[in-house]
Amino acid sequence: MSEIQLDYAKPKLLNEALDIISKSINPYILAGGTDLIDMIKEGLVQPDMIIDLKGIEQFHQLSFKNDALFIGAGVTFSELIESKIIKEHFPVISELSRTVASLGIRNRATLVGNICSAVPCMDSGPLLVAYDALIMTVGPKGERSVPAEKWFIGSRKTAIEKGEIVIGISISSPGKHGSCFVKLGRYEGEDLAQVNLIILALKNYIFKVSFGSVAPVPVRAKKIEQLINGKVITTSLIEEACKLIEKEISPITDIRATKEYRMHMAKIMFERGLNAAVSRLNGSGPEYGKNLL
Amino acid sequence: MMYKEINFILNGENVNLQVSPDEILLEVLREKLGVKSPKCGCNKGDCGTCTVILNGKTVRSCLVLAIEVDNQEIVTLEGLMGNGLTPLQESFLKNNSFQCGFCAPGIILSATELLGRNSKPEKKEIQEAIAGNLCRCSGYSPIIDAIIDLTN
Repeated sequence: MSEIQLDYAKPKLLNEALDIISKSINPYILAGGTDLIDMIKEGLVQPDMIIDLKGIEQFHQLSFKNDALFIGAGVTFSELIESKIIKEHFPVISELSRTVASLGIRNRATLVGNICSAVPCMDSGPLLVAYDALIMTVGPKGERSVPAEKWFIGSRKTAIEKGEIVIGISISSPGKHGSCFVKLGRYEGEDLAQVNLIILALKNYIFKVSFGSVAPVPVRAKKIEQLINGKVITTSLIEEACKLIEKEISPITDIRATKEYRMHMAKIMFERGLNAAVSRLNGSGPEYGKNLL
Repeated sequence: MMYKEINFILNGENVNLQVSPDEILLEVLREKLGVKSPKCGCNKGDCGTCTVILNGKTVRSCLVLAIEVDNQEIVTLEGLMGNGLTPLQESFLKNNSFQCGFCAPGIILSATELLGRNSKPEKKEIQEAIAGNLCRCSGYSPIIDAIIDLTN
């Protein structure tokens, strides 16, 4: 592994963690480790200190109070899938979490880790952008809450500042809503997204649409939202919206898919996701977790 | 190199050893403790051959630091077997599920975790549970058949 002498700490208190960070040259936070350990092995990062946050109790918090969901930085995708709070208030988070990697990864990997690694094909990015989530951090300058749209600034680049730790994510409930997460992989199970998409259908047919894996950062499709907001969804409206997808996203060709295929599938996924979100809002539609592709 | 002492339970027995913070659990299990059922396949969490059970849940031991399991509990296939084959292993044997067997320990642990949660899983749930355990011999059908066979 790295030539740098590596140290490890597992503090029980947040202040202790911040103190260790401030005294280290190149500290890295360890949650599930499913990205970090791999990045260390690949030589992409060379930490001198690993701070394991699993010992800090508040990081395991998953709660829904005053219409706001809080997902602590230590909450794993498996915990999100099993959570009654999530099933009841945000079933799309469970729908999404079930598509992340494989079970053995989901047992360790955290949603916060996913958005801190911020690789363009991450599944959690579009979710947070669509819900206007806040990323809560604490650091030498105190606490901050960063809107998800401002969090992602490039491939593997976030708005985190030196010495900061992400405590968790806060998502305000938009009230009763239908939602749908659609992910395109090469096969079912374990694959990274070629395109992913989340659609929220709120009351009065207000929509939130966000795409992932088709640009360096998650795309909030505001032109599409403006077009369809307040309207009854018809085939011709969907056709019109699909034309806008070409203006909203900028997929590339890579090892997993061509840009043409991604663009083509983004439109199909949008149509199916939109129909599912609307029918779920109205109490019908496919059950959460059903693959629409 | 800086060494730290860790204590954990491995297959029901207390283990105490010195590790450096950059040591990977998979390597420590295989090379320092002689536990050979977890294997190194892809070494990056994709193939599932290094699966172990950490505090009741399957994890990829190639993506866990040994130092992280201080005060935790690990079970490998060796611990699951105790003195003989488990009913699940018998079913795999009967259905001729494996050829080379390299993926078998991981698949047995993943299927065991699933059956602990759900004693009669649907085929789809079985597929989901073992999606992260790659097998290059079987085409998966005899593996899934064996799990279904056991639950019938």
